[in-house]
Amino acid sequence: MSTGLQIEESPTTGDETITNYTINFGPQHPAAHGVLRMVMELDGEIIERIDPHVGLLHRGTEKLIEHKTYLQALPYFDRLDYCSPLAQEYSYVLAIEKLLNVEVPERGQYLRVLFAELTRICNHMLNIGAHVMDVGAMTPNLWVFELREDCMNFFERMSGARMHHAWLRPGGVHQDVPEKLLVDIGEWIDTRLPELFGDAMSLVLDNRIFKQRNVDIAVVSKDDALAWGFSGPMIRAAGIPWDLRKSQPYDVYDRMEFDIPVGTNSDCYDRFVVRVKEVYESAKIIKQCLAQMPSGPVSSTDRKVVPPKRAEMKQSMEALIHHFKLYTEGFHVPAGEVYVATESPKGEFGVYLVSDGSNKPYRCKIRPTAFSHLQAMDFMCKGHMLPDATAILGAIDVVFGECDR
Amino acid sequence: MSVLHSAPRFTLIDGLKGSVSSALGDHLVEAHEEHGELLFTVHRASIEDALRILRDDFDYQQLMEIAGVDYPSRAERFEVVYMLLSVTKNSRIMVKCTASEDTPVPTVTTLWPNAGWLEREVFDMYGVLFDGNPDLRRILTDYGFEGHPFRKDFPLTGYVELRYSEDQKRVVYEPVELAQDLRQFDFMSPWEGADYVLPGDEKADMPPIDDPKVTEKPSDTGAGAKTDKHAAEKVSKAAPAEKDADVDAPAPEPTEDQPNRAKRKGKTTDTAKATEPEKGDE
Repeated sequence: MSTGLQIEESPTTGDETITNYTINFGPQHPAAHGVLRMVMELDGEIIERIDPHVGLLHRGTEKLIEHKTYLQALPYFDRLDYCSPLAQEYSYVLAIEKLLNVEVPERGQYLRVLFAELTRICNHMLNIGAHVMDVGAMTPNLWVFELREDCMNFFERMSGARMHHAWLRPGGVHQDVPEKLLVDIGEWIDTRLPELFGDAMSLVLDNRIFKQRNVDIAVVSKDDALAWGFSGPMIRAAGIPWDLRKSQPYDVYDRMEFDIPVGTNSDCYDRFVVRVKEVYESAKIIKQCLAQMPSGPVSSTDRKVVPPKRAEMKQSMEALIHHFKLYTEGFHVPAGEVYVATESPKGEFGVYLVSDGSNKPYRCKIRPTAFSHLQAMDFMCKGHMLPDATAILGAIDVVFGECDR
Repeated sequence: MSVLHSAPRFTLIDGLKGSVSSALGDHLVEAHEEHGELLFTVHRASIEDALRILRDDFDYQQLMEIAGVDYPSRAERFEVVYMLLSVTKNSRIMVKCTASEDTPVPTVTTLWPNAGWLEREVFDMYGVLFDGNPDLRRILTDYGFEGHPFRKDFPLTGYVELRYSEDQKRVVYEPVELAQDLRQFDFMSPWEGADYVLPGDEKADMPPIDDPKVTEKPSDTGAGAKTDKHAAEKVSKAAPAEKDADVDAPAPEPTEDQPNRAKRKGKTTDTAKATEPEKGDE
């Protein structure tokens, strides 16, 4: 299977022979952020070569999607990157909408942007906490997990589910949110988030140990970042101000005012700080959404795509027929193929959707963010020490539900 | 068609299709635009050259994805689709070529290092070979997996299933056994897309019958004799009137346990053994 399992002979120093040895990092390792097996070839404590073995969480999502209608396939996307479920749904519904050419009402677009940004905060809370814990700090993780818990509670009030929302739908969102929820989010953004997050980050950002573990670790040049297909915070830390929300805006992102934090040194510390800054930018976007959001319908009124509301379904025969047809046969999508990518918290999350004109996707290729980043583990880790591998992995922000699909 | 959707809006460069087509020259098979996305089909042998031109002359710096698609009805059943992104021109295009099981596609690991895993994935899932890829191992499936699961003729349930064997103290593979058939619903409307004969439709082509059935007389209808006139009576004469019922009479004996009753004959078996614990066991 692999060539990395044999012990290689190194040149001798005269009286003794030094051999590289190979160890398994994972597949069950708390710092592997899931099921990742890395076959590491070490020279003492220096990493010579890494061969990441992925696919331990491969569930054949893309094949399953081919056997489901477009709507039935939606919940699979929550289960890809289970730390930022809404961001995965986003690419998929936009791909369907692009093929169908459906218009989403303004309120629906604002709601999507608002909760996508809340998802980004929620995701970064997990990654920031996990990263600092990987390099030895305990307290900040517990603090930011409180914020993550707040986000989860907001999601529960939004969709009824804490993690697997299935809330974005082709043509809009599933249900409008209660007015009080928007008020509470606004209050949380103004008070609790900056206080608690600022406290937690004050423990980390200038911490000597944290810097020793992260600064100048896994420096990636701009050219390398482009060539290895980096995206998201990984490419921004390399100093390239590339953010799909800004350069290829979808929904109402073009009305939002926010900055793109970029790194200068392209090391693990920069990747961490980029994420910290992004949390504040997301908070800005959420506040703008709350201020600008109009009232009105939250999903398209095209009854051939979006089912009618339940109350309407109970009253009108035509609505009942639409309800029945859309929840059994589903809608048919015109033949064609599109590649739609959005800025998920981890980078570019793309969906390549091929439709043959029926009610099921002919092919749905999911472009995970972690795949390209993890592939670069070998060249990023080369020459670093073994404990640096956990810091590098933490800074990639990898989730295996998404990487292995 | 006006654009109503709100999917990501990247820059549409004027005349890009023409300029790329002329730059690709002989490599190009066909180019078209749909849903605002440019798709170029190139010859398989020259995919590396074509992508090199796009990377170096048209600034498509990033290879974001390689997707395989299976069209079993075609002569060359697989499509390999390359998604390119230009971060300087803010533009995306797709380039594709076709392949079959035994026609390798030239690798593009020479252009982008991250093509390595992306090609491995297409190889793993579809069995498309990439000529020149230095490390064409399986990537997502298990060690020792056989077959290419995303091919359209590979069943959704697969061929083997996995369990922990208590005897062998390890995980073993066994042929898949389904307790229940995999549910595959046919959602297509029978008036639109069904490609099978609807039940009853086979009669439409039958020749006309020589001796048509008629219902001239009541006996032709097959309805049988007329009903008894007594059937119209609402209460039968033998039934006791409700007011005569003896309300004070004691409740009838329960019928479950009647030791005096004669034993049933025939094949009836005593089920007590099966339902009650045996006295001696306790």
